[in-house]
Amino acid sequence: MTKKIIKPVVSAHEAVQCVKKGDTIMVGGFNYGGIPYTLVDALYEAGTDELTMIANDTAYENVGHGKLVAAGRIKKVIASHVGLNKKTGEYYNSGKMELELSPQGTFVERIRAGGFGLGGFLTPTGVGTIVEEGKQVLEVNGRKYILELPLRADVALVRAYKADRMGNLIYKGTNRNFNPAMATAADIVIAEVDSVVDVGELDPDVIVTQGILIDMLVVKGGSYYASRT
Amino acid sequence: MLPELDECVVKERIAKRIALEFTEGQVVNLGIGIPTLVSDYIPEGVHIIFQAENGAIGVGPAPAEPDLRCIGAGGRIISILPGGSFFASDTSFGLIRGGHVDATVLGTLEVSQTGDIANWVVPGKSVPGMGGAMDLVVGAKKVYIATTHTTKKGAAKILKKCTLPLTAVGVASMVVTEFAVFTIENGRMTLIEKSPEVTLEQIREHTEAEFDVADPLLPIKGMEVAESA
Repeated sequence: MTKKIIKPVVSAHEAVQCVKKGDTIMVGGFNYGGIPYTLVDALYEAGTDELTMIANDTAYENVGHGKLVAAGRIKKVIASHVGLNKKTGEYYNSGKMELELSPQGTFVERIRAGGFGLGGFLTPTGVGTIVEEGKQVLEVNGRKYILELPLRADVALVRAYKADRMGNLIYKGTNRNFNPAMATAADIVIAEVDSVVDVGELDPDVIVTQGILIDMLVVKGGSYYASRT
Repeated sequence: MLPELDECVVKERIAKRIALEFTEGQVVNLGIGIPTLVSDYIPEGVHIIFQAENGAIGVGPAPAEPDLRCIGAGGRIISILPGGSFFASDTSFGLIRGGHVDATVLGTLEVSQTGDIANWVVPGKSVPGMGGAMDLVVGAKKVYIATTHTTKKGAAKILKKCTLPLTAVGVASMVVTEFAVFTIENGRMTLIEKSPEVTLEQIREHTEAEFDVADPLLPIKGMEVAESA
């Protein structure tokens, strides 16, 4: 579906209507930084469940998308680190939730591959460990690599600093993390931003995410973390 | 039995010893725990560029005015020194896997005499995930292990062969504990330094790994200074 040139600026509640039961979602963020808090809170309130969630980590039990895990809305997590949210380990160990762990560099590269049209990539990370189980190991120029496959989602929830009306995004500090990659790898991409400015106000040299990737914009709300990050 | 040392002395001794390894201009990534302390002990006049895998280079100490949009990999608020920059996770792990990081310092659950590391999972107990550790130890040119000599219960952590699932195979180049410094080269472990409060026999007793002993066997570098500070 062709995306609109001028992106609708909608409420978080309207935006998350496009996430359906059973969907695969991507959620940006590393630890408490760069999470689209307002979108995730709206999705929590919407109650949508049976979701597969691709996120670097599962935040904390009561913070950001960690709440989706704690509330049992997630049937599978694909992440690199889940130690900060006790519920993730608990639900995984009890068989209530599936968990697929990828090394962090592999995790982001799988998303990049999904967004940039690659069928996979070869990485030395994880060779000789259980990460290689069930995967092809190829030798190139005498070194072993694991063939890792791409990740894509139905909807990506990303966090940026500013957007222009065409959806071009710039980021702030370490909030950038997984957000630019995720913006390339989902059918629908919703960006939560501090503010939306007129087209032409963002310097073309500093735009990180191209507006053609974005479907909707949401201005961040006033929750504790949304307002501080 | 190994002597019981104050926890602060242990951490400081290990961090200080590893800090002495770094030379002008090196790019270093520090893990969580004791490794984080290494930046406090870089000798005066030596300039190190610290990288944080969540997307920053030129990492400096916490600023006077904390900004939650600028955090390190452990979630601590950081500053960015002049000349530093922010980037997305795909670039961050590109820098790591691409061999552009000179050294990484990590804690561990187990390390083997041939440099295998196991530091990310205890099956049936905790499933925190590997985060960026697998990429870091494969990508960084040198891997420093900062660890207490034994577990809290007194079991050896420096083993012939790791028993826990591996993080990577044959990657550790130096292991620093509160009582000993080992190097690992070409699959052979050598004890190069020990603390004066233990005998070589005591180290052998609490180290399952087989190792050569350097001649001369030196006291742990930087110890005197660390403890009088």
